[in-house]
Amino acid sequence: MTTHCAIEMTVNDKRYTGLVEPRLSLADFLRDHLGLTGTHVGCEQGICGSCTILLNGETVRSCLLFAVQAHGATIVTIEGLAAKAKSGDRLHPIQQGFLETVGFQCGFCTPGFLMTTYEFLQENPSPSEEEIRERLTGNLCRCTGYQNIVAAVQWAAERLRAR
Amino acid sequence: MRRHGLDAKILAGGQSLVPLLNLRLTKPKILVDLNGVSGLDHIRETSAGLRIGAMTRQSGVERSAIVREKCPVLAEAIRHIGHLAIRHRGTIGGSLVHADPAAELPAVALALDAKFEVLGDGMARAVCADEFFIDYLTTSLRPDEILGEIIFPVLQPSSGYAVEEVARRHGDFAVAGVVAVVDLDGEGKIIGPRVALFGVAPTAVRARAVEQAMIGQQPGNELIRDAAALLRDMLDPPGDIRASSAYRKRAAAVLTVRALTKAVQLCHTRRLS
Repeated sequence: MTTHCAIEMTVNDKRYTGLVEPRLSLADFLRDHLGLTGTHVGCEQGICGSCTILLNGETVRSCLLFAVQAHGATIVTIEGLAAKAKSGDRLHPIQQGFLETVGFQCGFCTPGFLMTTYEFLQENPSPSEEEIRERLTGNLCRCTGYQNIVAAVQWAAERLRAR
Repeated sequence: MRRHGLDAKILAGGQSLVPLLNLRLTKPKILVDLNGVSGLDHIRETSAGLRIGAMTRQSGVERSAIVREKCPVLAEAIRHIGHLAIRHRGTIGGSLVHADPAAELPAVALALDAKFEVLGDGMARAVCADEFFIDYLTTSLRPDEILGEIIFPVLQPSSGYAVEEVARRHGDFAVAGVVAVVDLDGEGKIIGPRVALFGVAPTAVRARAVEQAMIGQQPGNELIRDAAALLRDMLDPPGDIRASSAYRKRAAAVLTVRALTKAVQLCHTRRLS
């Protein structure tokens, strides 16, 4: 018999509670229980990076965590990124950068790229192209060939430095 | 673990185990999550070396000022593991206990003769690195034991080190790799060389013949090349979809030359500074 566990966590500044099977992945909890379907599930083996979120401020693969392990945690998903923009801006500069440079095509991988970039630019506000490419190796995109994604990160870095 | 025996599996960072669960390649009935257990997440400097709790995240070890100062080869090796998002969850103990032959950390532990503090049934026992790794994905941990701490010896401030590997992409599993540490005496001769390879055998392996050939010698291109050539008789690597046996053998020798050359250079630089 499977028992259910009561969990609570803060996602994008909102408190949520849930009753989940211990085996439920955090990605499935965010998507299916909370309706936050911006977190995409690609490979389910931690390779593709589409499900990347911030757990207590650090990027993690939400497909490799169980929802019960995030009990008490503070999470930011792609849905919470725009709220981190300057007040009045509809999009975060990283999101705007991907739009400006057309840093996506089908968009499946984009949420993961944005969350990875968010952590990266906080650590390193003025990255070189090589540093950008190295950090983005943990996220796979099968459409763009990465060139415009790198340009998007550069655009966002410049915009964030200016503010 | 005592109650459930082989039906149970320990969950550490989950960066190797959870993919196996998601792919249905392993089906334990019970998962015992160590993430809520206190006392397994720390980095302490002691007279025996750096004591690192098994549940310390790889990214925490990589960024630790004390690790970078006292055992920089460990921080250097961790940079090669997966990607930052993996290292934020992945633990040092989890990687060692998983004992993937292509993983970096077992090779570092072997190269440095790290000690493993094993906990079980109210008892603790210490296991040397060369007795810890038994076979492919197999360690000498018993089913009712866990790894508590790993003790990494501190490197001399003058020691040179390098971690070299070949992988298809940055962050991929290594096809082959090597960890090298050397020091030079007052006359510039090699002391305490340590070479451990990964990805070329069922476990990480110490290249003792290579080390022996270098002890007390003046370092130079020819010495390093001849020493690395001894790997030819020592290794019989497995071939798989990523690389043939012959490729791995050749890569191991080339990487060993590179790593030793780099380590010796770093020795010179660090001695001057």
